Amino acid sequence: MTYLDIEDYWDHAPSGQIIAQPDGRMIRVNATLLKWLGYESNTLRDKRFTDLLTVSGRILYDTHFGPLLYMGGDLNGVTVDMVTADGKRLPMFLTANVKRDADQKTEFLRISVVDAADRRAYEADLLQAREQAEREQRRVRAFAETLRHALLPPVLSPPPGLEAAEFYFTASIDDVGGDFYDLFPLSRTTWGFFLGDVSGKGVDAAVVTGLTRYTLRAAAVFDDDPIEVLRNLNIVLSQELGGELNRFCTLIYGKLTKCDNGFDVHLASGGHPPPLLFYADGSAYYVDSIGGQAVGITTEPRFVASRFVLAPGDALMLYTDGLTEAGTGIGHQRYDDEGALLRFAKAHSPTTASAIVDAVSGLLEGLGSGVKDDTAVLAFGVPRGS
Amino acid sequence: MDVHTRHNINVAGAEDGPTILLVHGFGCDQNLWRHVVDELKSDFRLVLIDLIGSGSADPAAWDTAKYSSLGGYAADILEIVDVLDLKDVVFVGHSVSAMIGVLATIRDPGRFAKLVLLTPSPCYIDHDGYRGGFSRADIDELLQSLEQNYLGWSKAMAPVIMGTPDRPELQDELTATFCRTDPECARVFARTTFLSDNRADLPRISLPTLVVECAQDAIAPREVGTYVHAHIPGSKKVTLNAVGHCPHVSAPAATAAAIAAFARPA
Repeated sequence: MTYLDIEDYWDHAPSGQIIAQPDGRMIRVNATLLKWLGYESNTLRDKRFTDLLTVSGRILYDTHFGPLLYMGGDLNGVTVDMVTADGKRLPMFLTANVKRDADQKTEFLRISVVDAADRRAYEADLLQAREQAEREQRRVRAFAETLRHALLPPVLSPPPGLEAAEFYFTASIDDVGGDFYDLFPLSRTTWGFFLGDVSGKGVDAAVVTGLTRYTLRAAAVFDDDPIEVLRNLNIVLSQELGGELNRFCTLIYGKLTKCDNGFDVHLASGGHPPPLLFYADGSAYYVDSIGGQAVGITTEPRFVASRFVLAPGDALMLYTDGLTEAGTGIGHQRYDDEGALLRFAKAHSPTTASAIVDAVSGLLEGLGSGVKDDTAVLAFGVPRGS
Repeated sequence: MDVHTRHNINVAGAEDGPTILLVHGFGCDQNLWRHVVDELKSDFRLVLIDLIGSGSADPAAWDTAKYSSLGGYAADILEIVDVLDLKDVVFVGHSVSAMIGVLATIRDPGRFAKLVLLTPSPCYIDHDGYRGGFSRADIDELLQSLEQNYLGWSKAMAPVIMGTPDRPELQDELTATFCRTDPECARVFARTTFLSDNRADLPRISLPTLVVECAQDAIAPREVGTYVHAHIPGSKKVTLNAVGHCPHVSAPAATAAAIAAFARPA
């Protein structure tokens, strides 16, 4: 390359070039930049190159970019507006480094600018898109929260002589999980309850949850036998969903009837994790409800019923698999892979409804981000001495 | 979290020397004092901090309401000198931190001996009979451009710090947070900085005060330095033969000399 070629390249490079003193005074400006800015050759000599920036660009340079360039030795693509001789603004992308002498003293600043109009427009679009996304996200969250609340009872109203407690853990604030529960009076002496989990998340799951809830409330009045109530639900879900949504639900439905020695519990399970029983003597067991099938999958599902008495000092806890399947942080291990839940129950027995719900909420908190799914917990207990 | 971690407090220099508290201004962090620290460390005990929202200060300590006024920053300064049990402190504040120091020492001068205001401005916006150098529209545009830089901002800053092949010693010292400000904090800080008006506070300063200005400074021009000097009773003024708003970066030896001459006990 000849000397002339380099001169030519300096002046007509596809970018604006400036050599400046350490204090910013310009020594040389190439023809490309002079043309962009509309200045005659040499008119910029000894002006500070920050004089070519807008006021805000000058402030940013003096407070941020300049110190960065001085301390670090280069400046990598910052956004500034340059002002042309006739006052027009040019969005620019500025890159610079410093030439230092043997004593590391700054000799010159080498500055390159390229046109950034397209990129700036693109960034403005991106910023706008981001703001819109944030707005939408806030809207979705508010919507999900409202829906989530709407699918759960506002307050539990247990029968006299029974303590009830519940806890709902929301795994994702952006989404509606399919967990649900309720406790409601059927007659003066009998209360119905259920807790379940619709497969999947989001609006589809919420639709099934809503349908399940009001079908159960209606079927509970209609049928005395918990298994019949689940069959009824199975028919409704199969008809309404027609297999199209590919949704199903696992749940436990049961009745609590006041008896001489506490409450008679009669429940049926449709493929749901077995409830835990905490006896007053400090023992703890799973309710024998294993073997049932989920609701909404087949036309003739098998459900498993169980019947027992909750005496004073006893407690019963229902939960969804967000708890049992929570990751422990150790490989792919899930919380209940090795029977941890039953051990946890034994360690806490005897207990009360509110105490065991508090303990489980603490357990979920401990599992932290391992809890991938919403988790519902519902517990009943007959206070001692009642 | 304790105040050391919250403000990334670093103490350097002569253990039994007079204490100088160096506080950075809007933009960057305590790293800007490095060359000045080199000059002062043999004679003084130097305490360096990052203001909340800047540098390596604890991001969790950010509080938009608190830092929407310079009083919020001033309260932090008083807490720092109190917790560190510093006495006879020479407060050196650059740019907006000059006013933060003014507010802190007016509120409670007890632990301070002297005040050094480096390129200060009590008010950046022009008012009747006062020239701060900027119009309200200029500042609005700055705030907007901080918003627009939202995307490029923090990203553009990162590689600068990492890539200094010709000065490898810098890589060890300059942290990845150098001059990287959370855009949200930067916007609030810029607003607080450029829209505050502390002219009425200047006559209330009771400490011996030195005003250090640069020969050419677009952000705090000579007129402003003269104004500050004239309104602080008994203050001294030094004009450095330096260009720009950061003489501690561009002319560290002269800046350090001015600070040392004033800070040294009589």
